[in-house]
Amino acid sequence: MKRIEVLKTYKLYIGGKFPRTESGRYYQPEGKGGKKLGNLCQSSRKDFRNAVVAARSALASWAPRDPFNRSQILYRIAEMLEGRSAQFEDELQRQGASPAAARKEVEAAIDRCIYYAGWCDKYQQTFSSVNPVASAHFNFSVYEPMGVIAAIAPEKSSLLGLLGTVLPIIAGGNSCVVLTSESKPLCAITLAEVLATSDLPGGVVNLLTGNRDELLPVISTHMDVNAVVASDLTDAQKFSLREQSTSNLKRVILSKEDPAKSESPYPILATQELKTTWHPIESSIAGGSAY
Amino acid sequence: MPKKKSSPDWTYAAAPETTPVNIAKRYDHFIGGQWTAPKEGKYFATSNPATGKKLAEVAQGSQADVDAAVQAARAAYNGSWGKMSARERGKYIYRIARLIQERAREFAIIETMDGGKPIRESRDIDIPLAANHFFYHAGWADKLDYAFPNQKISPLGVAGQIIPWNFPFLMAAWKIAPALATGNTVVLKPAETTPLTALKLAELIADAGLPDGVVNIVTGAGETGAAIVNHPDVDKVAFTGSTAVGKQIQQAIANTEKKLTLELGGKAANIILEDGAIDQAVEGIVNGIYFNQGHVCCAGSRLFVQETVVDEVMWKLKRRMDSLIVGDPLDKNTDVGAINSKAQLKTIKKYIQAGINDGGEIYQPECQLPEKGNWCPPTVFTNVAQSSLIAQEEIFGPVLAVQTFRTVPEVIEKANNTPYGLSAGVWCDKGSRLFQITSNLQAGVVWGNTFNQFDPTSPFGGFKESGHGREGGLHGLAAYLNTSL
Repeated sequence: MKRIEVLKTYKLYIGGKFPRTESGRYYQPEGKGGKKLGNLCQSSRKDFRNAVVAARSALASWAPRDPFNRSQILYRIAEMLEGRSAQFEDELQRQGASPAAARKEVEAAIDRCIYYAGWCDKYQQTFSSVNPVASAHFNFSVYEPMGVIAAIAPEKSSLLGLLGTVLPIIAGGNSCVVLTSESKPLCAITLAEVLATSDLPGGVVNLLTGNRDELLPVISTHMDVNAVVASDLTDAQKFSLREQSTSNLKRVILSKEDPAKSESPYPILATQELKTTWHPIESSIAGGSAY
Repeated sequence: MPKKKSSPDWTYAAAPETTPVNIAKRYDHFIGGQWTAPKEGKYFATSNPATGKKLAEVAQGSQADVDAAVQAARAAYNGSWGKMSARERGKYIYRIARLIQERAREFAIIETMDGGKPIRESRDIDIPLAANHFFYHAGWADKLDYAFPNQKISPLGVAGQIIPWNFPFLMAAWKIAPALATGNTVVLKPAETTPLTALKLAELIADAGLPDGVVNIVTGAGETGAAIVNHPDVDKVAFTGSTAVGKQIQQAIANTEKKLTLELGGKAANIILEDGAIDQAVEGIVNGIYFNQGHVCCAGSRLFVQETVVDEVMWKLKRRMDSLIVGDPLDKNTDVGAINSKAQLKTIKKYIQAGINDGGEIYQPECQLPEKGNWCPPTVFTNVAQSSLIAQEEIFGPVLAVQTFRTVPEVIEKANNTPYGLSAGVWCDKGSRLFQITSNLQAGVVWGNTFNQFDPTSPFGGFKESGHGREGGLHGLAAYLNTSL
C-alpha cells in the first residue's frame, strides 16, 4: 500500500513558539508549475503586536549578552542549518529554484551565519572610538543595539535574503520581528525550526508570513518599534513607511544593497545607536576648571 | 548691575564688556558670494533680549531667495568646489577656523547681544568651540577614506541646514564644517531671533576667499526653513530644533531621497548617588540646567537624587543658586543671562505655573531682575511626580525638576521613562557602579561625574525621539556622504 505523505503545517514563530495566526486567515502561494505550496498564515495587526511584545521582552536578555556568547549562538545556527540543508534545498526547489541554485543558496546561507557570527565580537572594536577631546576627560563612543527592529525580508530570496537581513540585526544585540517573503515563505518557517533549536532565546527573532502592503502601515505606526529595515520596497511603500515612522521617530533603514548578495559589517552598524560617555580625568596640571 | 543676594551676601562690581562692534543696520542674504537683497524686499528686526533694543534688520527669505541660494550652491558644487582636491578644500576650512580665532571677541559680543547668553559663555565656550569645529573637520577633508573602511564614498551635493537660537554660532560651525569637509555645499538658515553671528560668519567666509556659492546664508523664520527643506534640488537636510518640527520635516521629505539628520529635544536625567562627590555634583547640576539659561537640548532638566542625600544636596543646591548672578549678559560676572525671546519666556512661565499646579514645591533665589528685557530666575521644583508636566516635557529654560530614588534599578527605569534620549549624567564615586548605570541609560551622550561637555571630536546625538544621526567626531561624517560597498 502506498504511504501517505504527512504534510507540514506552516505556522508563525513568535516568542520561541509556533502559533497559528490569531486572525485565522491564510493564503496559498504558488510554487513551481502553479502548484500550491500550502496554507500559509496571513498575519494580522495583532500577530505583529504580539511579536513586538515578545521581541521587547527577549531584548532584555539578548542585548546585554557577551558578544562572544552571541557569536557562539550564531555559529550554532549555521550548524543546525547545515544539518537540515536537504530540507531547505527541497523547499527552495518547490518554490521554483533549480537544484543547483537551491544548493548554492543554502551553502551561501550557512556561510553567511558564520560570517556574522565572527562579527559579533569584532564590530565594536573596529568601529567604536576613543575621542581625543581637548579637555581632561576620558571620552569614548560605543555602539549599542537600537532595540526592537522590524525587518522586511526581500521578496525574491527566500532563505539567503532573510538571513542576510536578520543576522546583522541580531549580531548587534537587537531583537526583531521579520516579515518574510510573501511568495516564497517556506524556508522562513523551516528556519524558525532551526532557530528554535539553536540556543537563540525565544523572541529574539520572530517570523511572520503575510501581506506586505497590509502589514507595512501597522509596522511603521507601532510605537514600540525602534527601527525598520528593508531593501526592496516600492517607492510608494518607502514613502508611506518614512512618513508614518515619524510617529515615534523610528529609524528607517532602506538599504540599496541586496542583503542576499552583500556581506559587510555596515548593516550591523545601521541598527546600532552610538553612545558617547564622558568622564573626568584627574589632571596634575593646576588651574583646570573641570570637576 | 549686581543684585542683592540672600546668602552668601557677595556683591561684585559691574564688569561690563565694552561693546563697540561692527553691526550693520541692515543685512541681506549671502548668496553666491554676494550680499543679495531679498526678492520680496522684506526685512525683519533682530533685537537684544536683554534690553529689547533693535540691533539690526535682516532679510526675510522667500521661496525665490531660497531658490537663488540653492542654485548658487549647486553651481559651486558642480564647479570649483566639486573639482577641488580634498587637500585644498581642507585648507579653506582651516582658514575659516583661524579667522574665527582672530575675530573671537567681536563674535562673542555679538552672540551675547543677539542671543542673551552670558558673555562668559559665548567668549569661553561658543566661539572657541566653533573655531575648533572648523579646525577638526578641516583635517578630515583629505582623510575620509580612513573613516569608512572598504566603502566607496562621495559627497551628497547641496546640504540644507536649519539651526536653532540657543547656540547660533556654534551650531552654524558644527553644521557647516563637516558639510564642507566632505565636499558638499551649503544653504544655511539661522534662527530668526539670532541671525547675526551667522551673517558675520558669511563676512568671514568671504574674507577666507572660499569660492562663491559654497556657503550661502538665508535668513528668515519657519517658512524660509520649509522652503529649504522642500526644495527639490537639496540633497540633504540637517535640522537641529524641536522634536515636533523634526517630525514635520521627516514627514515633508518622506517621498524624496533626501538624506536627513535630526538633533531634537531632550529631557536629560542627572542622577546623584549617595556616594557621589556632592559639592562637585551641585556644580554639575547648576551647569547642567542653568548653563545658557537652560536653553540647551541636552540640559540636565530632571534631577534624580538618592533619598539618603536629598537634604544635603538640596541645601547645597539652593545655597549655590543664591550665589548665581542673573542679569546683564554683557557683564563678565553674569551667570544667567536673558531668555532668548518673549515667546520663550511665556513658554517657561507656563511650565512654572504647571509645576505649581501639579503640587511641586518651587524655589527661586531672591534676585532683582532688570526692568527691561526677558528674564527668568533659576528655578527648582522638589516633590515632583514622574507624571508631572515639568518632569515629562522639554521646557528649554532654567527650570529643574527634582525627583528621588532608592535603588539603582529604580533610577534607571525612571530616567529612561521618557520618549527622549539625548543625554544623561551620573554622579557616583564607584567606577563599577557608574559605568553600570551609564551603560543602561538610553541616551546618546552620557556624562559621568561631569555635565554639558562638548568637543568636535566627540559624537553628539540622540536615541529615540531625540532624533537620528550623530554630529561631530568620526561618526558624524557619515551623515554628509553617500556610502556604498
